Amino acid sequence: MKNKIMTMKEAVKHQVKDGDTIVIEGFTHLICFAAGHEIIRQKKKDLVACRLTPDLIYDQLIASGCVRKVVFSWAGNPGVGPLYGLRRAVENGYPRKVEIEEYTHFGMVARFIAGASKLPFMHLRTFSGSTLFQKNKNIKSVKCPYTGEILAAVPALNPDVAIIHVQRTDSLGNAQIWGLMGVQREAAFASQRVIIVAEELVNKEVIRSDPNRTLIPGMIVDGVVIEPFAAHPSYAQGYYDRDNQFYVDWYNISKSKESMERYISDWIIGVSGRKEYTEKLGKEYIEKLKAKEQLSAPVNYGY
Amino acid sequence: MESYSSSEIMVARAARELKDGEVVFVGIGLPNLACNLARNLQAPNLILIYESGAVGAVPSRLPLSIGDPCLVTDSISVCSMVEVFNYYLQGGLIDVGFLGGAQVDRFGNINSTVIGDYQNPKVRLPGSGGACEISIHAKKIIIILKQNKKTFPKKIDFITSPGFINEINQRNKYNMPGRGPYLVITDFGVYRFSDTNYEMILTEIHPYISLQDLKNNISWNIKISSELKTTLLPSKEELRIIHQLDPERIHLP
Repeated sequence: MKNKIMTMKEAVKHQVKDGDTIVIEGFTHLICFAAGHEIIRQKKKDLVACRLTPDLIYDQLIASGCVRKVVFSWAGNPGVGPLYGLRRAVENGYPRKVEIEEYTHFGMVARFIAGASKLPFMHLRTFSGSTLFQKNKNIKSVKCPYTGEILAAVPALNPDVAIIHVQRTDSLGNAQIWGLMGVQREAAFASQRVIIVAEELVNKEVIRSDPNRTLIPGMIVDGVVIEPFAAHPSYAQGYYDRDNQFYVDWYNISKSKESMERYISDWIIGVSGRKEYTEKLGKEYIEKLKAKEQLSAPVNYGY
Repeated sequence: MESYSSSEIMVARAARELKDGEVVFVGIGLPNLACNLARNLQAPNLILIYESGAVGAVPSRLPLSIGDPCLVTDSISVCSMVEVFNYYLQGGLIDVGFLGGAQVDRFGNINSTVIGDYQNPKVRLPGSGGACEISIHAKKIIIILKQNKKTFPKKIDFITSPGFINEINQRNKYNMPGRGPYLVITDFGVYRFSDTNYEMILTEIHPYISLQDLKNNISWNIKISSELKTTLLPSKEELRIIHQLDPERIHLP
């Protein structure tokens, strides 16, 4: 079997192309900031960036001019405020005009289910009575052939590339996640190409010792990047905590375009990669975020 | 008498609505405080579900976001968002859903998407997230938001989460499984909805708030219940737990 391990630089260079539809998923948990930063360093452009919650990572991609369109369902800095980078692009076209295509969370989840199932659309019971139904022409109605009920329908979402951060993987990309799983499995199965970024490389025996935890199988994975702390300021359950203070600080960092651009220049373009980023944060900073140990009870897979 | 803030009376009032054993879809901020207050008082078996996938969460710190790792540790189950929306919410398992927003109208329709025109917004807000489907599916909806003429306008700019839509209640027409908005809790009072024309009715006014002041902070001529009550003050015990839940007063300005 081909060893899929590569550096973040190689993964982004070969797997993310200008104009691609990309998804860096992870609902609050396991958002791969390191991959977003590398995309900015490599100056990828005209990307269609899909995520339920664009979060700080797409705010940074948008402010760096990498994005032509964002497909989403909730655009804010959770518990803190707005995404100013996205707002400047949508309201003032700075640094470039960004188109938006908007759904609800359930709508985005359904788009990924259809994409992963290789179906043209998915039906669901939502959107009725909302103005979004009139504004987004991709949201349509479908009549149930059995009951006659009118349901909402959303089109499949099949990105060119998915970047999924996980706690551990083997060299083939058999990837395990625990804690919040968001919609990563569906996003990976829906995409043409999949890059796994992991906190830890483990041998295949570790994966096979706990197969229920394998969210993404290596058979759909094209590249494996081992990069500890790659989700910061997001988090990895059991590895490090969410850097809530940074999310709070982002409010002021991103509020003016000058200070946001200074951040991008200092912390993204100004470092060579995640290793230098973590060195710049410092040992003490990282130590404070380190997860406490809370082990689960072991299970018996024997028969 | 204990002193309390307007956020604290909102949290305490919301918590009293929750019954032991109910399944509640929790949002961040005041709803999170209300649900955890209820869990510490009359509803120890309240099941808290966060849209991130944490089911039966027992957060040991105040979560800044609905995806905080403290919602996972010691929860009953962690599921993907496919399951949260398909099986729990669309599956009809949610008894109570909490919603906030930037604007609410007299029929309990909520806007959290945009102020002004959708294409050329005055203010672009975060959008639905899961709010639209929560408003459609949860058996009942409790709306929590601070009240003024802007948040309670005559007409909202965008319906993100449908309430009754209009005075003839469109929920049945659209096949919405949930019964819709049930209670609105603000920093001035508590409102319910008429079962004849589905309009908001003031049923409780908070202590030390004048009716005139309340009316000055709403853009339409609000109907007032003939049995208008005064909201109970938050108790010492309620305030003690609220302060314990949010020691830095992040959600209690």
